[in-house]
Formats: sequence, structure tokens, C-alpha cells
Amino acid sequence: MSLAAVVLVVVATVSIGTFGLRLSRTTSDFYVASRTVSPLWNASAIGGEYLSAASFLGIAGLILAYGADMLWLPVGWTGGYLVLLVLVSAPLRRSGAYTLPDFAEARLESMRVRRAASVLVVLIGWFYLMPQFQSAGLVLRTLTGAPVWAGGLLVAVVVVVNVLSGGMRSITFVQAFQYWLKLTALAVPVIFLLLAWRGDGMPGITDQQWLVPLAGTREHPVYATYSVILATFLGTMGLPHVLVRFYTNPDGRAARRTTLVVLGLLGAFYLLPALYGALGRIYAPDLLVSGHGDAVVLTLPERVVGGALGDLLGALVTGGAFAAFLSTSSGLTVSVAGVIAQDILHGGVRSFRVATVLAVAMPLMLATMARALPVADVVGLAFAVAASTFCPLLVLGIWWRRLTDAGALAGLLVSGGLACTAVMWTIVSGPLRGWPGVLLAQPAAWTVPIAFGVMVVVSLLTPGRVPAGVARTMVRLHAPETLDVDRGDWHPRGGA
Amino acid sequence: MEAVIATLVVVAVIGVPALLLRRVLRGRRDLGGPVDRATFETLHTASLAAPPLRSGLTAQGAEKAARHLGVLLGQAALAITNAEELLAWEGAGGHHAQAALDHAKDTLAGGRTRVLGPDVVACGDLDCPVRHAIVVPLTTDDRVVGTLTAYGTQASAGLVRAAEEVGRWVDAQLELADLDRSRTLLMEAEVRALRAQISPHFIYNSLTTIASFVRTDPERARELLLEFADFTRYSFRRHGDFTTLAEELRSIDRYLLLERARFGDDLHVTLRIAPEVLPVAVPFLCVQPLVENAVRHGLEGKPGPGRITILAEDGGAECVISVEDDGVGMDPDRMRRVLAGEARSGAGIGLANVDERQRQVYGDAYGLVVETAEGAGMKVSLRVPKYRPGVSAT
Repeated sequence: MSLAAVVLVVVATVSIGTFGLRLSRTTSDFYVASRTVSPLWNASAIGGEYLSAASFLGIAGLILAYGADMLWLPVGWTGGYLVLLVLVSAPLRRSGAYTLPDFAEARLESMRVRRAASVLVVLIGWFYLMPQFQSAGLVLRTLTGAPVWAGGLLVAVVVVVNVLSGGMRSITFVQAFQYWLKLTALAVPVIFLLLAWRGDGMPGITDQQWLVPLAGTREHPVYATYSVILATFLGTMGLPHVLVRFYTNPDGRAARRTTLVVLGLLGAFYLLPALYGALGRIYAPDLLVSGHGDAVVLTLPERVVGGALGDLLGALVTGGAFAAFLSTSSGLTVSVAGVIAQDILHGGVRSFRVATVLAVAMPLMLATMARALPVADVVGLAFAVAASTFCPLLVLGIWWRRLTDAGALAGLLVSGGLACTAVMWTIVSGPLRGWPGVLLAQPAAWTVPIAFGVMVVVSLLTPGRVPAGVARTMVRLHAPETLDVDRGDWHPRGGA
Repeated sequence: MEAVIATLVVVAVIGVPALLLRRVLRGRRDLGGPVDRATFETLHTASLAAPPLRSGLTAQGAEKAARHLGVLLGQAALAITNAEELLAWEGAGGHHAQAALDHAKDTLAGGRTRVLGPDVVACGDLDCPVRHAIVVPLTTDDRVVGTLTAYGTQASAGLVRAAEEVGRWVDAQLELADLDRSRTLLMEAEVRALRAQISPHFIYNSLTTIASFVRTDPERARELLLEFADFTRYSFRRHGDFTTLAEELRSIDRYLLLERARFGDDLHVTLRIAPEVLPVAVPFLCVQPLVENAVRHGLEGKPGPGRITILAEDGGAECVISVEDDGVGMDPDRMRRVLAGEARSGAGIGLANVDERQRQVYGDAYGLVVETAEGAGMKVSLRVPKYRPGVSAT
């Protein structure tokens, strides 16, 4: 039955992608057709694209294993949008940039910074895609006993075919559908789980180590917690697939509203994984021993509810998990492929096809090579890289007019290099013990300050390189669209 | 696993320097004897000095260029001024920099090369290499725009000639910069001039259609007249070269409303618009001419009902727009001639105009793509990048 649910989700995703445009917009009514997407739709799409395997499966698994400390992950993954709302969303939309490299070019007027940003987008995308494929493998193995690489390959193939056949053309509707699907897939079973738990006499958890913050078995919990907070709060704004969705908003105000709705939608969703984690601690502690913590969400319905209803709920959850793999992977693939096609290949339709395959093949290879780490941990690493590269670029770029191209480039290279090294070390090589291990596994707490420091210091050392059009750019970023001010004009290529 | 990583690291550590070394060695080998090498060095230095000068006589450009020009002349110091101030001082004796404009005064006024001796130039410091000055005028269009001054311990006739030659070379660069600027201005003017205008036919047709309703259906006539007013206000607006696709579609709506009043039920329109691309900034009136072309040249000549399909799709970093009609179509060769600008009137002129503007703004890869044959309808597609520096809808 679970397999049927997976097939259903795949078919639904592909068909909405292909026919959604036709159904909803085939009309001679221009008013309907030329209306921009409402903040709720757009926010649902952002939520759908954002809630990955890490949110759907990973958080519950980590909470099951480590307890209260891990609650910072869902809090941070939601709180990131608060920082985004306050500091970035409206100015970024007003800049007109579609991707992060676009923003780098618009603000710093430098092709070199643009290229560095492109490379980082691709790397972050790959780090983010890899755990999606890994956990798809895990889910398919739990379902059918297929080898671990099979699930990743399945998701990769569906994503590539879907993207190449134009299935992501109505991406907003596909992703919005995925959000509500994922919410339903977690919310409905949890009601039955809680009912069963009540019927069970409401057993509690007595393990103090699990219940009390900073008392767990992880090394240096205070440092690790602060590092997670920094990475998640600041990393969200640097995720390539999140930012492109903001372009759909007609103006800066709508971008802010959308972000506000996203906060609500994510807040609602992230209540659920914590419940699964806690229930898992009561009913499925054996998963910890076997090291399959990420499977707790999938296992609980059958164990706790049982019977035909349990099977049905299990199928629902599995379908939701595949929705999570597909939506996040598709969104990331489109973003990464777009950047590869535009900035690394020549651009155009053919290079987009090549780029799509490249965008998926590399993380798929990584997924088979890498160690099996908890999915939420690896996604956390992608956040750490984003937080220590694009967060300073965006925040300083938007709010500090003395940022120079040299400063931005130095910051991106130094802290991007450090963070990527830490990530690669953690993914590929064995874990170290003690401080070095913690510093490498949770790099954000030291790489983010380094990134800000390098950007500020190098910018101050190169005051002559402040972009010529910075005043104009700042006006464009910060003045509301309704104000009639000079935002600069277009000039032909090579023009002054 | 570790073996793979180790191999990768080794390959990177050995491979990259090896490649670099090969480049350097190959670069050496290609040069011939000392004369060849000297020629090469001179030309190379000159080519390094050229790009900064291509933005005209600015402080930033002059500073960069002066570094290379100083090497070329081999003198103690080199100064570049424009008509009002010192732009760059390169080399020793920086304390003479304030006097540089004074040294240049006569040349700026008279436009002739002057050689200044120690009585004017030298300072109290006996070791200071700045004792003589050769001041060369920099001219564009026979107008003195600045000076180039070489300072040294002596001023031989050979040096004067060399300085004059360097000055002439800088002149040529500055003239190129001027050309660049005028070409840019020309392109801007061209794009603005090309901004599509609504056709007189359309105004005439709309007004006669509205007139025909005035007696029979005054309410309808009033509505149409208001639509017409809105359409003209949009089309005649003066500011901004770009608009959002949503705005453009709204204008097309008004246009089609007026055309439908004339054609009645014979004009069917299908729209497929991805909401993601509605905020994309597009050149002002870049889709409306395509629709107008479909109506006037595709469907007007065709008996019976006709259909127009307008498509705007999301294509990653681009937005793909196409307008398709099932009208009479066109001979592909003729279409090609029209797009190449060889035909100045008739069907497809609106398309040529949009094509030209697209190429000017986004580059040749973004021109129109027309698929047509006689009797087979016509499909015109264009791609618009979602982001291009400086392009924003106002």
C-alpha cells in the first residue's frame, strides 16, 4: 500500500506540473490570467519547496535520539524566515535579482563576485540534494528492501525527467500542492497516534538526559546549540531555491507579506515532527539501537495504531516523504541547473538540459559515497555554508554601502572555503573526537563571524573599490515602489 | 573512500602547478631574439595601457594607464592632466605633483609640445630626478583635452619624439573612447526611437468601430472609448523603457477588446500564462506588436474565425513568450528579409522592430524566433531573461 502511495504522489506531482498551467490558466479572461500569485499561494509554494526530507523525517529522528536540544532545528528553520523578513525579503525583491549571483552582480557590479556566488550556489545545492537522495534510499529500503542507492536514483530520475519535460513550468502550483500534502501527511496520522497514546494511558518519558536541554550525550552541547542557531537563522536566506520563489511576488511589500505567511505555515508544520520524536521515544526506542532514527516517522503509524488503519496512515506518511524528496529536489535542481547553465555553460535551452543532469548526477554520486549521517545533520551543514557565505553578502550588501567587490569576494572565498572543507570532512571522512570534531560538524559558529569580519575588514581596506552606482542601487533596494524616485536607467552593453 | 580522496588531492596538488608551469614555459619559448622580445614588450605594455583609457580621461583610468606609460617612456616620473586638474602622477618626486598643472598650463593654452628646464621644474633637493619636463598635449577633435608630462634628469630630442609619439597614441585611445561613448548614445537613441508606436490603422479602425456603436449601443461605445483611452495612455507614456509582463498583458487585453468589437465572435483568444513570469521586466510594448501582427496580417486576410494563442512560460532564469495564430502565414523567405531590415513596410514590420530592440537590450541570442509558412499560420516566440543589470520595470 505504501508503494501505491509513492506512485500516486509521483503521478500527481508530474501531472500537476504538466497540466496545472492548462487547467488553471486556459482562459480568455485576461484579468484572471494576468493576476499575480497571492501571498498565500506563494508562501505555500515556498513552504513546499523548503520542507525537505530533513524536516519531514530528519527532525523527528534527531529528537528521538538526542531530545530537547534538537528542538532548536525546527525553531531555527522557521526563525530563518524572520531574519529574512526583517533584513532581506523586500530589498532583495526590489533589486530585481532572480538568483543570488544576480544580486551579487547588481549590488557589486563585478563579474568575479558573480562567478564566486555561482560556484557557491552550486555547492550548497549539491550539499542539500545529497541527503535528500540518501533518505529516499532509506525510505525505499524500509518499504521494499531495495538497495540504498535505488531510492536516490528513483527520485533523481523522476526529478530530471520532470524538469526536462517541462513539468516544473507551473512550479508555484506544484510546490504549493506539495506543502499541503506534506502537512496533511504528518497532521492526520498524528491525530490517530495521539488518540492511541491516550487510549494507552498516556505513558510519559522519564529519561532526564532526553528531557533537559544541554544534558544530552552530544559533546560540547552549548557550542553545538549556538552553532545550530546561527546556521539555521542565518542560512535560510542563502538557500538558492528559496530566494528564486520570492521573484514571483510583484513587489517588495508582497515579498514581506509572503514571508509572514511562510512563517505561519512553517510554524504550524514544525510542531508535528517534535510530536513524532516524542512518541517515537515512547514506542520505538529500538530504532536508535539499529541506527535508523530517520525512519521513526514512517514506523510509528503501523506500530502504534496498527491494523488496516495503521497501514493506511503509514502509506500517507510515506507518500508525504516522497513529496518532500520530490519537491525539494526539483526546486533545488531547477535553481542549480539554472545557475550552471547561465554562468558556467553558455546559456540557452540545450545547456539547461546538460546542466540539469549535472546538477543531479554529482549529489547522487556523493550520496552513494558518503557516510550515512542523520539527514537533518547534513542539511544543517548546507545551512552552515549558506550562513557563512550568502548571509553576510546579502546583509552587508543590502545594509552597508561601503561593501566592496574585493571585500565580498574575499569573504566568500575564505569562509566559503572553510565551511565547505568542514562539510566535506564531515561527510566523507570519519568523525573526530573532542573539539575538532564538534568544530567541523557544526562550523557555523566560527565561519559566520569570520565571513562578516573578512568582508568588513577587506572592504574597509579597499575604499576605492566601492561600486560606482552604489547610491542608485541603495535607492532601488530600499525605496518603496510607489515612491517616484530615480532608480537609474538601462544603458546598452559597454555603455557608461 | 580515503583512497579516492587521497588520489583527488594528489591530482589537484600536482596537476594545477604543472599546468601553470607549462603555460609559463610555453609563453617563454614562443618569443624569439632580443629585438623580437623588445617589440613584444613594448606592444604588450601599450596594450595594457589601452583598456583604462577606453573610458575617457578619468582619474581612475589615467592612474592605471600612467603606470604602463611610465614603463614605456622609462623616465623618472609621468603626469597626466586634463584641462582643469592633475589626474595621475606616476613615479618619483611626488612633491612636484602640485606643480604639474602649472607646467602644463602653456601647453593646454597653446596646444604645442614644450620642454621645461631645471629653472622651472627643479627643486632644492639635488638628488631629485625631476629636473626637466616634456609636456605633450592630448587632443581630441583638434581640441586640447589634457597633457602628458614626462619628468626626468634630461630632455633629449629623442625623448621628446618618444613622448610625442606616446601622446599621439593616447590621443588615438581617447578618440576610441569618444567613439565608444557616441556608439552607446546612438544605441540608446535607437532603442528609444524604435519604441513601438501604435499604428494609425488601429486608431482609425477603433474609432470607426466605436462610432458604429454610438447610436445602436451607446453604453458599449462608452466602454470601448474608455478602453481606447486607457490603451493610448499606456502606449503613449513617455518614461521608462521597460514594463512588467503583467502590464503588457493588460494593454494587450485592451487592444484585443477593441479588435473583438470589430471582428465580433470570429476572434478567439487563448491565454496560458505562468504566474511566475508576470513580474518579469520586459521591453515596453514588446508583446503587443506580436499580437497586432497576428490580428492584422494573420487573421484579417483569412475567411472565417481565427484563433490566437498567447503563451508565457517559466523557463528557469528566462521567461518564454510566444504568440501563435492560425491565419494566412507568410513566406519564410519574405519573413527573413523583413527581419533583416530589407523591407521597410508591410506585414511583419512590427516584428522586425521588436526583434531589433530585443537584440539591442539582451544581445543577439535573444532575437525573435518566427515559425511560419504560407497558409500555415505563424508562431512568434521570444525569450526574456528574468534579470539583466540595469533593467527594471518603472
